Amino acid sequence: MSLQERLVSGDVRALARLMTYAENDYPEATRVIKELYDKTGGAYVIGITGPPGAGKSTLTDKLTKALRARGKTVGIIAVDPTSPFTGGAILGDRIRMQDLFTDQGVFIRSMGTRGHLGGLSRATQTAVRLLDIFGKDYIFIETVGVGQSEVDIVKTADSVVMVLMPGLGDDIQAIKAGIMEIGDVFAINKADLDGADRTKIEIEMMLDLNENREWRPPISKVVAVDNSGIDDLLERIQNHRYYLESSGELVSRRLRNTKQELVSLIRDRVVEFILEESGERFSVDRLVESIASKDMDIYTAAEEILRKIKK
Amino acid sequence: MDKPIRVLVAKPGLDGHDRGAKVIARAFRDAGMEVIYTGLRQTPEQIVETAIQEDVEVVAMSILSGAHNHLFPIVVNMLKEREADDILVVGGGVIPDDDIPGLKEAGVAEIFTPGTPTSQAIEFIKQNIKR
Amino acid sequence: MADKENQDTISKAKRDWEEQRLKKLLSKRPERKENFVTGSNSDVQRLYTPTDLEDLDYLEDLGFPGEYPYTRGVQPTMYRGRLWTMRQYAGFATAEESNKRYKYLLEQGQTGLSVAFDLPTQIGYDSDHPLSEGEVGKVGVAIDSLKDMEILFDGIPLDKVSTSMTINAPAAVLLAMYIAVAEKQGVPSDKLNGTIQNDILKEYIARGTYIFPTQPSMRLITDIFEYCAKHVPKWNTISISGYHIREAGSTASQEVAFTLADGIAYVQAAINAGLEVDEFAPRLSFFFNSHNDLLEEVAKFRAARRLWSRIMKERFNAKKPKSMMLRFHTQTGGSTLTAQQPDNNIVRVAIQTLAAVLGGTQSLHTNSRDEALALPSEESVRIALRTQQIVGFESGVAETVDPLAGSYYVEAMTDRIEKEASEYIAKIDELGGAPSAIDKGFVQKEIQDSAYRYQMEVESGERVVVGVNKFQVKEETPKGLLKVDPRVGEMQKAKLEELKRSRDNTKVKEALEGLKKAAEGDENQMPFIVSAVREYATLGEVCGVLREVFGEYKQSIVL
Repeated sequence: MSLQERLVSGDVRALARLMTYAENDYPEATRVIKELYDKTGGAYVIGITGPPGAGKSTLTDKLTKALRARGKTVGIIAVDPTSPFTGGAILGDRIRMQDLFTDQGVFIRSMGTRGHLGGLSRATQTAVRLLDIFGKDYIFIETVGVGQSEVDIVKTADSVVMVLMPGLGDDIQAIKAGIMEIGDVFAINKADLDGADRTKIEIEMMLDLNENREWRPPISKVVAVDNSGIDDLLERIQNHRYYLESSGELVSRRLRNTKQELVSLIRDRVVEFILEESGERFSVDRLVESIASKDMDIYTAAEEILRKIKK
Repeated sequence: MDKPIRVLVAKPGLDGHDRGAKVIARAFRDAGMEVIYTGLRQTPEQIVETAIQEDVEVVAMSILSGAHNHLFPIVVNMLKEREADDILVVGGGVIPDDDIPGLKEAGVAEIFTPGTPTSQAIEFIKQNIKR
Repeated sequence: MADKENQDTISKAKRDWEEQRLKKLLSKRPERKENFVTGSNSDVQRLYTPTDLEDLDYLEDLGFPGEYPYTRGVQPTMYRGRLWTMRQYAGFATAEESNKRYKYLLEQGQTGLSVAFDLPTQIGYDSDHPLSEGEVGKVGVAIDSLKDMEILFDGIPLDKVSTSMTINAPAAVLLAMYIAVAEKQGVPSDKLNGTIQNDILKEYIARGTYIFPTQPSMRLITDIFEYCAKHVPKWNTISISGYHIREAGSTASQEVAFTLADGIAYVQAAINAGLEVDEFAPRLSFFFNSHNDLLEEVAKFRAARRLWSRIMKERFNAKKPKSMMLRFHTQTGGSTLTAQQPDNNIVRVAIQTLAAVLGGTQSLHTNSRDEALALPSEESVRIALRTQQIVGFESGVAETVDPLAGSYYVEAMTDRIEKEASEYIAKIDELGGAPSAIDKGFVQKEIQDSAYRYQMEVESGERVVVGVNKFQVKEETPKGLLKVDPRVGEMQKAKLEELKRSRDNTKVKEALEGLKKAAEGDENQMPFIVSAVREYATLGEVCGVLREVFGEYKQSIVL
């Protein structure tokens, strides 16, 4: 049986292998997706993001269990940072999901960022599609959670859960700008710690700044390790989904995301193409030298390349 | 850069001594590998499912409790049953020399005993994974 | 130590020596290495003089043995009164086999017992639990019920020996069984001597045999404190352990720091539970590692004693001298043993024994040479015990109290370790105390960093390990290693089946229900556990009830 057939028949090894191909840029993964593209779109994709130590993995674990109890199947993609020096990575998010390992309705994949910025890896979107084709009802994407620029998730997920915890204080101030806005639902984890109410007020205040939107993100207090507040959080995520679906926003959000992805895909391809073409009609390296020696400016060089390509 | 080798570092059984597992996990990372570490008390089922979902090329297990003769072969056999016996299985820990031939016969590719440099394990993996 | 004028004279003389003599020599003959470091990677100076001890105040910082701050030892006469307790950790396979080994050790002159349990027992599973498969009797003796415990101590009078049990998460259950065995021997619980390890925090940090989450685990511990204060007053209710922290790869200072930080957490928990500090603190004991860097280890033990007494006095306002005394057991460092040229381990253990004794230990386990290969054979255990006896009776180091006090180097290092450990404790306080720092992975991360650095030093050859990365030889496979009978698991299962047929199952059920209610409420759980084991409820059943009520601990790992 081909990998494609095995994937459709529910073979976990085939799914896992195709993900590896996606990560390693082997064309087989995208080829299979091309063939099976009409099978995508069935899964609901939830992004789990937030600062390190907020308990993203534990929360993902509990949300997954709650969905499993409702008979839903789940795919999880957990992204961890790759060392820029060695290319290696420790992928440790699974540790907090041990009970799920042998659940046939759950598939977990750990990924290193492999140099990609933005909180996800380059292959994440492809991996999501594979899980979607495989037939998972829900897909969680857990972002790296180290930086301030984890905006990719909003381009990939239908709902983004921003996980915070009490006592972040200044951190909230720091991540407010831009990042906080990607949260469709807020979860204050470890809400049994002092300061949970303060954190809630701070988020509310931040949300008040942006009143003219249709969906005001709800805030859920949870204690993931005790499995407390999980049902409430899940309900709020579901509410967001209903809102998206009933308002037509889901379609437009996915359209927006598709457009962004398409644009960036084209951008990658064009750049690749230009670099491949370099040498015959024009040389990128030579242009760079000209820029360095002030014989040409960088803008003119770019225009020059485009002019040559268009011909 | 080459595509990174993916390796699962696993602690089967009840033994809680994870110094070796953690040191080797870091050494693998520093050698450019992607290391999936799943913590203590892993059952063979958990190890095998993880190995398959993560599509690793290597499963490296560490045991110091003496349960290796029981647990290592179970993992190897379960991988075989899942048609995943292309995955390289290696073991480490306090393992008497007398037990090593039996474990190799059972399908464990190599056993690394205390005092083995991490570089040796890394080299072995690089030489022996199926690509 | 010396007065100001004297200090200046010495400083000047030292500078002269450096200028005139040292420089000349170094230009001709450089030293072996650029930097010299201890076994824990701390810098070592070429020479220590009184100028390194400028701030040392003899009476305040050293004092006299048996007196605050106990730097020089916890008893006034130390080993002149009585040598340390020679206590070899032993136990494997079945209770019958281990009972034989204990009797052998007692005949050989050992003065206390130390029980090693297998992993299923340590994690609260009976031998017939699926996760016990392959583990029964492997790293210690399998105990499923009071029946096994009766066999384990058969013919050993519990009012005469002191027994140390390496048991943590289910410590309450094993202590209850010990009390019940003693009852059957006609020994009342107030005559019992011994120790349970009962230190859950270091299980989370380093050793891994945890069961329950932090809060209920701490409650079980304080329940034991309270129960023993009333009923088993001579029992050491906890052995706060740095041993495993060190084995996991920590430095000497980290060993002291994290152990004492755990100690602080237990004391605080007991105070929060309404106990009076001087009521339970005298029964706290400690357990440290002894590594190869002889002088650094001696300094470590002295620093730990001084720091703990200061913590107890200043932080917890303890009044009784016994509450401030850090009494400790030592085991030589398992991770220093090499599988290569195993006989070399005898020498390592001898050095480590010296460190423990010069550091003023109250009891000592010496590792056997073959422990990097398998469980120790009887012959190896005897050599290990003889090592202690040679140090005790022939070396002369036991004839005076704290013989290394006043050594410029040892005192400077004692200061350094106390200072480094205090800084860690302050950091842990900032993180909300040991349980919270462990939950955040801080302690684990610090230890792992040290462990990894050490490994890389060995691999680069920067740190020499004889027989491993230098002076290697071709070796034959060692012979005569001890093998545990693989049928132990089956034997234990058969015993369990028989037990469940012959005991009064109604009474067992009632006792377990009583325990469940206590666990759900806030009563002391100890009496209920004692009642349950008396009726031959199994370890797995008792822990099963508690698992049901409390749930299980989830590891937090930062790599």
